[in-house]
Amino acid sequence: MADSQEYSIQVRDFNLWYGDFQALINVTINIKPGIVTSLIGPSGCGKTTLLRSFNRINERYGNVKTTGEIEILSKNILDEDVSVASLRQNVGMVFQRPNPLPISIYDNIAFGLRAHTPRRSLRRTEVDHLVEEALTEAGLWEAVKDNLKRKATGLTLEQQQKLCIARLLPLKPRIILMDEPCSALDAAGIERIEELISDLKQRFTIVVVTHNMAQAKRASDECIYMYLGEIVEHSPTAELFVNPKEEKTAMYIQGRYG
Amino acid sequence: MSSGKKSIRALGAKLLDGAELPIRIAITICGWSSILFVGAIFFFIFKEAAPVFPHLDWGEFFFAHRWIPIPAEGNEPSYGAMGILYGTFAITVVSMFIAMPLGLGAAVYISEFAPPRRKEWLKILIEFLAAIPSIIWGFIGLVIMGPLIQKILGVEVGINLLNASIMVALMAVPLIVSISEDALRAVPDSYREAALALGASKWEIVYKVLFPAARNGLLAASMLGVGRAVGETMAVWMASGNTDNIPENFFNPLLVLERVKALTATIAGEMPDTVHGSEHYQVLFVIGIVLLTISVIINVVSDLIIKGIRKES
Repeated sequence: MADSQEYSIQVRDFNLWYGDFQALINVTINIKPGIVTSLIGPSGCGKTTLLRSFNRINERYGNVKTTGEIEILSKNILDEDVSVASLRQNVGMVFQRPNPLPISIYDNIAFGLRAHTPRRSLRRTEVDHLVEEALTEAGLWEAVKDNLKRKATGLTLEQQQKLCIARLLPLKPRIILMDEPCSALDAAGIERIEELISDLKQRFTIVVVTHNMAQAKRASDECIYMYLGEIVEHSPTAELFVNPKEEKTAMYIQGRYG
Repeated sequence: MSSGKKSIRALGAKLLDGAELPIRIAITICGWSSILFVGAIFFFIFKEAAPVFPHLDWGEFFFAHRWIPIPAEGNEPSYGAMGILYGTFAITVVSMFIAMPLGLGAAVYISEFAPPRRKEWLKILIEFLAAIPSIIWGFIGLVIMGPLIQKILGVEVGINLLNASIMVALMAVPLIVSISEDALRAVPDSYREAALALGASKWEIVYKVLFPAARNGLLAASMLGVGRAVGETMAVWMASGNTDNIPENFFNPLLVLERVKALTATIAGEMPDTVHGSEHYQVLFVIGIVLLTISVIINVVSDLIIKGIRKES
């Protein structure tokens, strides 16, 4: 299918309920590979819920019901025969608060690899190499190369968030989801994480949830504006901020609500 | 009206201010009293045991298997407590082999796998288990577990090390469960999400993330379980057979079917027959000192471990 080459995430008529509350209503969007797409909108509009549907991590709450389709890599990920583990290998996630595991830096980076490969087929040198590669790509290698055995929870917040991005890379994901990845960081940290995101975007599909309008403007190529569980507008970033199609979008980006 | 209320409140505040000093003194006394009690306990037990210190054969006490406090006519009594020390040690080890996997497994199930309602029910039930008096456990060991062991394992006597250890294990489990569960619940949820998002299974999360993250709490839980096993008296007395016995071969698993005698049960069983202030009486207090020392060590160690948790988080 030509379509699935063109888009890496295709959402069709997707509805999601937490118990009786409908958090997403008839969501239909196509997200392109190789660019950064921002999900914006006021609190409680469903942007994080939508993001967390792409790797099905929402399901851990147990009271979640869905209808519709989410097609990722030509496969409806909501089908029963989908392996959640391999979905999460292809679709990585970065969280709002940096959440390195309370194990060593090295083990954090190797964690995903070890979860997805039988222990015997992993050679030590190969893991060493992938760890170095991932840390280098995230701009962290120089800072931590002599302390790989140290606990990752002792790093600065910015380094922790870089580590959380780096640990996705050995799994060779196609899509990286980020849920307000900069909200715990200071200005300098935000800048460097945004740089990292734009370095990574050619090779991945990146979807970022953000509360920060300026960040959406700076760091993303396309923006999806959501309101009360519905998609209001999906446009190239420059267009959405300069010339929004919908009045609701206009009011939001002007700061009239949200 | 409102000014009236205000003046009443002001008066109340003034009275409270006046009462502050006596209240503070009373609270301070309460706080120090626990230290006083601990000190008094140590003093009392040492005082009762002290007269025997100079002429007790310590080498015999710790390393001889010859506990004959009330000898036949014309013989000297001997106080070789090694068999009894072994009994307490054996019950502790065997019961922890049962209680730790059980308690840890239950804690993992309750904290990570059980649906919310079942979680609540299980916690209530486990708390109930903790509230069962130890005499009831002894009774169960005597009349239920004993015959059961006889029938299942085809042995002649069901009152033995295995029986006592199972009873002690069941008593230690609630303690291990509740402290382990606290430790697991204290692991930030973000760790679980991080591992889940990397594609780890629930079980992988348990042993690769939660166990290392909650390690100190789980250690403290098992230490307190050990403390429970060392100090338990009534159930052990009733279910162990209360017979001074050291197996010939420590690597034969059938040793769990032999009868043993524990430190606690020795004191409980023999104290009523001693003459106040006699040598036998004093040696039983020496056993008390041994027990007290073990439990102080266990408490201090688990306290240090728990402090370690707080420092890290």
